[in-house]
Amino acid sequence: MSIHLSILSTSRNWIRRKLFNTWANSVITALIIMALIYFFPKAYMWVVTDAILTIQVDSESWWGYSFVPDSNACIKANGACWDFVAEKFRLIIFGLYPQDQHWRPLVMMITLISLIVYSLDTSRWGFRLGVTWVVAIPMMFFLMQGGVLGLTFVQTDSWGGGPITLILSAVGIVLSFPIAVMLAFGRQSDMLVVKTICIFFIEIIRGVPLITILFMASLMIPLFLPEGININKLLRALIGFTLFSAAYVAEVIRGGLQAVPKGQYEAADSLGLSYWQKTIFIILPQALKLVIPPIMNTFIGLFKDTTLIIIISMYDFLGTVRLGASDPAWRPYYIEGLLFAAIVYFVVCYAMAAYSLHLEAKLDTERR
Amino acid sequence: MANAISSFKRTLRIITMNGKEVKAVIFQAAFFFLVAGGAYFLYHNMQVNLERQNIQTGFHYLSLESGFAIGESWISYSPSSSYARAILVGFINTSVVAVLGITLATLIGVFVGVAALSSNWLVSKLTSVYINFLRNLPVLLQIILWYTIVTSPRFLPTVRDFNGENGLEPFLGTIYMTRQGIFMPFFEADIGWLGAAIGLATGIFISIWIRYLSRIRMDKTGQQLPVFWIGTSFILVLPCIGWLLMGAPVGIDYPEMGRFRLSGGATITPEFIAVLFGLTIYASAFIADIVRSGILSVPTGQVEAGRSLGLQEGVIMGRIVLPQALRIIIPPLTSQYLNLTKNSSLAVAVGYPDLVSISNTTLNQTGQAPEAIMIMMIVYLSTSLTTAFFMNWYDKKIQFVER
Amino acid sequence: MKSKWTTAIAAAAIVFSSYSASAAKTVEAIKSRGELICGVSTGLGGFSLPDSRGKWTGLDVDICKALAAAILGSSYKVKYIPLSTQQRFTALQSGEVDVLSRNTSWSLTRDTALGLNFTAVTYYDGQGFMVPKALEVKSAKELDGATVCIQPGTTSELNLADYFRANSMTFTPVVIESLQELNAAFFAGRCDAYTTDASGLASTRLNDAPKGKSDDYIILPEIISKEPLGPVVRHGDDQFLDIVKWVIFGLVEAEEFGITSSNVREMASSSKNPNIKRLLGTNPGMGRNLGLDEAWIVNAILAVGNYGEIWERNIPPLGLSRGLNKLWSNGGIMYSPPVR
Repeated sequence: MSIHLSILSTSRNWIRRKLFNTWANSVITALIIMALIYFFPKAYMWVVTDAILTIQVDSESWWGYSFVPDSNACIKANGACWDFVAEKFRLIIFGLYPQDQHWRPLVMMITLISLIVYSLDTSRWGFRLGVTWVVAIPMMFFLMQGGVLGLTFVQTDSWGGGPITLILSAVGIVLSFPIAVMLAFGRQSDMLVVKTICIFFIEIIRGVPLITILFMASLMIPLFLPEGININKLLRALIGFTLFSAAYVAEVIRGGLQAVPKGQYEAADSLGLSYWQKTIFIILPQALKLVIPPIMNTFIGLFKDTTLIIIISMYDFLGTVRLGASDPAWRPYYIEGLLFAAIVYFVVCYAMAAYSLHLEAKLDTERR
Repeated sequence: MANAISSFKRTLRIITMNGKEVKAVIFQAAFFFLVAGGAYFLYHNMQVNLERQNIQTGFHYLSLESGFAIGESWISYSPSSSYARAILVGFINTSVVAVLGITLATLIGVFVGVAALSSNWLVSKLTSVYINFLRNLPVLLQIILWYTIVTSPRFLPTVRDFNGENGLEPFLGTIYMTRQGIFMPFFEADIGWLGAAIGLATGIFISIWIRYLSRIRMDKTGQQLPVFWIGTSFILVLPCIGWLLMGAPVGIDYPEMGRFRLSGGATITPEFIAVLFGLTIYASAFIADIVRSGILSVPTGQVEAGRSLGLQEGVIMGRIVLPQALRIIIPPLTSQYLNLTKNSSLAVAVGYPDLVSISNTTLNQTGQAPEAIMIMMIVYLSTSLTTAFFMNWYDKKIQFVER
Repeated sequence: MKSKWTTAIAAAAIVFSSYSASAAKTVEAIKSRGELICGVSTGLGGFSLPDSRGKWTGLDVDICKALAAAILGSSYKVKYIPLSTQQRFTALQSGEVDVLSRNTSWSLTRDTALGLNFTAVTYYDGQGFMVPKALEVKSAKELDGATVCIQPGTTSELNLADYFRANSMTFTPVVIESLQELNAAFFAGRCDAYTTDASGLASTRLNDAPKGKSDDYIILPEIISKEPLGPVVRHGDDQFLDIVKWVIFGLVEAEEFGITSSNVREMASSSKNPNIKRLLGTNPGMGRNLGLDEAWIVNAILAVGNYGEIWERNIPPLGLSRGLNKLWSNGGIMYSPPVR
């Protein structure tokens, strides 16, 4: 009983201290609470109580129910129409990939995500992991494209949704990394020509919007290639995206290189290490460790930027939501689709941000 | 003589270069030729490809008649204007949305960023939700979401719904919020408003000048002028004088129901609203975080010192904390401004006629892809570089003042 | 040097790349690849539209099939690449597609400055307007002051401006590149009118209007432009230009002679008409002139039927009548030069 009372009094204390400590704060608190009382029930009703998500008992389904989306039910509803997401779920996740082959993008996505999660632990970084990535990326492409080992051929134009977003962000970032490291060293270098070229490349790319680079990749690469050679749309977008992320990642890595204490360079020199030995074994590992948190922020930005490819008519996750909404019966519920996409993007980005904070904290303790 | 010696020294240096330096020179030469060769290879292919297909190159097309119309423009433009003018219209539209977006995002961002440090639990939680939620959503998604909302039959009426007996009543009797845009009263076009604008510009200029003078005076005599009040009165009074001198126009233009839409007054299109909202809100979340951590970086001793001097909380924030935080804030703020400007290119997704959207149309109508993309890139690149240059200058200035 | 570069790039891009035609030998490239690469729209009912399983149908698609049948002997050896208005010409110029069969209007600028060659007209179209019935607009002449939804980079965009200028009217364009976003904006009431080719309007009204609300929209009677739609090939390959052109003419000619997919074999073996015998390769020569098998048009007709059959299969569901696209002998302007 006494315990109970003490909790009550601490919480009363807490409320006084955190919400009503000055008269100004009391007024603000009251206003916010009033606003919440006014808006929250409305939002809750729109999202939950008045919303439509039609589910039916279905003994054949693995969880005993199945979705039976009905656009007519949505017309009468006052709330959100989550049936749109249920109806277009496969389209949103897999795009126009042939229905009977959906296991392939599914396997590919699971593999890629597991590989990413596995790579998150910095202690696993090394030559082996690099090789795994180098092997895994083409394997995933072959799985998706088919035409080998009895898999039916699916051209890249039919890829869409989750796989495209994942490929662009993961593969783009992974491929951009080595380029970024080279650019960062190039910009730090004493060699004037190398330095100038790297600065030009980085600053030009960082100075223009991604969309112009994607236009360039999608419209100009075909003109740059000699007669008779063609790269498909997806790879062109991937090239543009990789170069774009390389410039941004390079700048972050450069920050890390500058932060490596000068004594480390001198120590390496005095041991008689060659430039490459010094770079690969002494400087780079330290610099990369320093820049992991800021680099995660860059990655979050790049992940969000993958949505831009819908402007060059490719269907990533956001694009497939739009594709789903082009069905006239469901077009009014485009907003629900976008909100669904928003939640997915938020969860992924927030997880990445949380991971970056965790890493930062870990590195901080290591440094102490 | 000295020249001769130094040139001799240089020659000597080349002769005495050690192996490492020779290597560096060879490496650089090789790198240069590789890059130049690669660039030439691409350029050559492009030339061959364009020539083979009989595609004309060059910028002469810019002076030809564009032939297409543009939805919103701040300068006079018609389909008989040239492509160059169309691109200029796009550039101005981009600038308008970028400048407005930067201003609003800064205001909201500073407000939210300061609020995030509030001792009020509710306020700091809500601001943290605002910051963390909005900056983790792709800006393109936000723009499209806004566009879908402001053109959705589920949320807004159309102009026609205001017609007839049972029609809707406009907000405050004059403001029509519809899926075709917001129509509202505006000052009648009159030369008098130019007088007010000139007055405003003069007022701002004078108040900056007074601030400068007062600072010199303070350095000399230690006396402070009520700069804020003097400046504000100039900014308020001068436009009124300008307005009076030019004939004191009072006409206000009300939107009136036309055949299809409301005419007169001012119109804000849904495309503009979507782009402005999307860009502003996204950037404000980042700016709020920058402001928050900037303020946190100011040692608490500074605040305590201010309190012990008996200064008010507002004065401590405005005169002690923010100026010091500014040094930390400026560099990341610059990159947010640049990001917002670059992100304004996403306007093309919802059809706001910005630079990218119009260049894209030009590209399609003329087939001059390399030229059109080059123009876009050069415009953005020079805008970015100019902004970066200006902000670096400002950054240096305030760093210097502090020391 | 150059060849080394070429191999290097080709090797790097091996997962993705498709080797396409060099300008002068499109046909050889198609034959060695065993596949015709055809640029189509991102989805326009009646012309080129994928179903949920990715199977393409429509008039433009049937032309691709006929070409593949004539060149490769099978109408299935086609790869369809959906292209937006923005991408369509660069895709053709760069060799990403062999032929662009994508409701594209023939105009002087496109035929010359864009490095393209138009082949023949497969559909005589014209630009019109669609408006909500509730606006009570009966004619395009009443559209003064209207807001008009339009896709950028099209001839429609230019015609629209011309039409309003010529009639001293004003309008405000709403220009959105993505067709989905544009349709959504129009049907949400963002614009007073929607403009594109009449066939496109019919297709949009039927397929994209809110469910059960097609009748709330009407297509205005005015046709404000000439829009001859037809396949486009790259500039500089005359042989391929000839093939595309004459396959289309052959299909029109077949309709004129009453040759259909069901009777083409019989006609080929038994017809006494020298014109038919020449067309169907019973009297050889035409195929060789084109550099194709003598059964070129027989294969095409077997695959998709004559021009009339293609038309009847794809366009009437849109609610459009054949009008100008009737044969010249039936009061239309569809006319093929003689196959001889």
